[in-house]
Amino acid sequence: MSRPPPLEPGQRIDGFELQERVHRGGMGTLWRVTRPDLTQPAVMKVPAIQEDPTAIVGFEVEQMILPLLSGPHVPRFIAAGGFEAQPYIVMEYIEGQSLRPKLEQAPLPALQVASIGAQVAEALHDLHQQHVIHLDLKPSNILFRPGGAAVLVDYGLARHERLPDLLAEEFRLPLGTGPYISPEQVLRVRDDPRSDLFALGAVLYHLATGQRAFGNPTTVSGLRKRLYRAPTPPRAHNPDCPPWLQEIILHCLEVDAEQRYGSAAQVAFDLTHPQTVALTARANWTGRLSIGERLRRWVRSVGATPERRTVTRQLQRAPIVVVAVDASQEWEALADAVRAAARRVLQSEPQARLACVSVLKTSRIAPEAPTDEAGRNLHVQRLVQLQHWARPLALAPQRVTYHVLEAPDPAEAIIDYARANRVDHIIVGCRGLSGLRRYLGSVSTRVVAEAPCSVTVVKVPREEMAQAALAG
Amino acid sequence: MTIALMTDIHANREAFEACLAHAGDHGVDQFVFLGDFVGYGADPEWVLDTLIDLVARGATALMGNHDAAAIGALSTHLNPSARQCIDWTRPRLSEAHVKFLSDLPLSAQDGPCLYVHANGWDPARFEYVFGPLEAGRSMQVARARITFCGHMHEPMLYHMGLPQRVETFAPVPGSPIPLSAARRWLALPGSVGQPRDGNPAACYAMFDELTSLLTFWRVPYDHQQAAQKVLQAGLPPQLASLLLTGGAV
Repeated sequence: MSRPPPLEPGQRIDGFELQERVHRGGMGTLWRVTRPDLTQPAVMKVPAIQEDPTAIVGFEVEQMILPLLSGPHVPRFIAAGGFEAQPYIVMEYIEGQSLRPKLEQAPLPALQVASIGAQVAEALHDLHQQHVIHLDLKPSNILFRPGGAAVLVDYGLARHERLPDLLAEEFRLPLGTGPYISPEQVLRVRDDPRSDLFALGAVLYHLATGQRAFGNPTTVSGLRKRLYRAPTPPRAHNPDCPPWLQEIILHCLEVDAEQRYGSAAQVAFDLTHPQTVALTARANWTGRLSIGERLRRWVRSVGATPERRTVTRQLQRAPIVVVAVDASQEWEALADAVRAAARRVLQSEPQARLACVSVLKTSRIAPEAPTDEAGRNLHVQRLVQLQHWARPLALAPQRVTYHVLEAPDPAEAIIDYARANRVDHIIVGCRGLSGLRRYLGSVSTRVVAEAPCSVTVVKVPREEMAQAALAG
Repeated sequence: MTIALMTDIHANREAFEACLAHAGDHGVDQFVFLGDFVGYGADPEWVLDTLIDLVARGATALMGNHDAAAIGALSTHLNPSARQCIDWTRPRLSEAHVKFLSDLPLSAQDGPCLYVHANGWDPARFEYVFGPLEAGRSMQVARARITFCGHMHEPMLYHMGLPQRVETFAPVPGSPIPLSAARRWLALPGSVGQPRDGNPAACYAMFDELTSLLTFWRVPYDHQQAAQKVLQAGLPPQLASLLLTGGAV
């Protein structure tokens, strides 16, 4: 391959006019470009055709994957040029800075770290749902749209589970960036979406502490250390980092992918609900690993062969399930049946997370904190009922959360909740369609019609309901 | 131009009909048949009549080893059950069928694509592309960027970049794969009439010349009916069970 002449402003390539160079990196350069028919600003990425075959194949990978991606979390693909002339990719220009300058300001307040992290996790989940693992998530590859949505750029090391992996065997060295690369990538596994969760954990660690979790190793032996050495807990660097944030960060940074969160949506869920994060020993851990534990991890890291699984299968294994519970005595038979349905889902997928939701109906006119005749707080009462309802499921605290939503319209509240939290499945009871409900429409009917995910509607036989109502 | 690549039909009318209908529904406007139209199945006459008609309308068809055997032109070995099928097939062929088979070329090239039945290094010897070793041998000698081969009854995609290392990819049916211009590719669409990867559904592939997108397909068809016909024809019963199981052991 001959080396093309250097590019100049004003030069035209396939109808695109080069304006100014906006970035120059190891893998290539970025140019602002215009074309008469383009309504949006665009950039052209031109690879650095050096002797480094990773750069060339990486460019080929990005040319293959970017056109297949869509949505607000990726730059829109516009055009590509092949290697026979000048190779390039033209894509939408994203205004605004990357996350990288933010590192200078770290440590950031916990809620700001959580808010940034939730945006990035949402973008990752969207990418994973499109069958793609990024595999090079780092602050310089994370941009933000003016509205706040995170945009992930640079797919040169990415993996599409339904396309050949051009980088799989060609390169003997681990592919990734030192501070963020996951342990399984160090072992050259490139098909686990949870590798991106590890990188996200490393980014959050840096934002919360101002320090790198694993330094910036450049040798394979340096990279391998993360297989048996745990990072210093964030709270040891920054005592202002709350236990819930340390819990989330260290949960992302587990060496064994199976011990991490099951999906990016689950990470986003915890980052947006700090008060419901179940704290484990990780949350308050302050020390370093004992010599014995380090030795044990080192022995395990030698010859470790991570389990292989596809992106799609991993997302199926780790759904967020919402169960809408009406825990009043009157509907006990229905609440039992809803619990049985939830149990079946949770048993078949051990990484599934359950969010138990109860809607406290408020008046549209006076949305103050509702109390009963005796002045007791109904919100707290509902929370207690929810926990009581879920007790027979005997779930580990990390798998279940409880939420009382106060809203005038229960169906709308459940649907909004599911959308905001990227819920995969809603389980809801149906009280039957009699009397007024037939005309007004039941909650379950509306949830089925409008929810952005699968819905299971649970019913109990009419007689059992009647008996339960009598007994109640 | 969207090209359907179909190979190893092996006289299986039900599978061939299902694939033709599927290709019609997916905007295919050109056909390339990579050989082995007869042998193993019970409908050689219908399959050949259909092919003669398609070739008259512009399709490309190549010669496979079973086709060569059916006109007595095969110098290499054929397994006993295949031999038995060929002996059963021969008296059923019309003059037009024999002429069609005799005129088939061993390979064809069109733009970036090379079409062969068995391999790109010596099409007449019908050696198999068993794995990356043979795929690499074929890609290295081919003048074309993309080689399409039949002969192996399992869908597979091989590719080779600058370091000349050959990689293997098991395609996901229905997911288009962009064939990057920066490397060489060798695609095995898999068999229409006798899949052997444990899935009885018929295999074929579709290539869009404009976008360079290659899609592998699995098409379910009435394989029980096809197997029943094999038994009724008095052909070796293990050939019927191959159709029922998709070659699973």
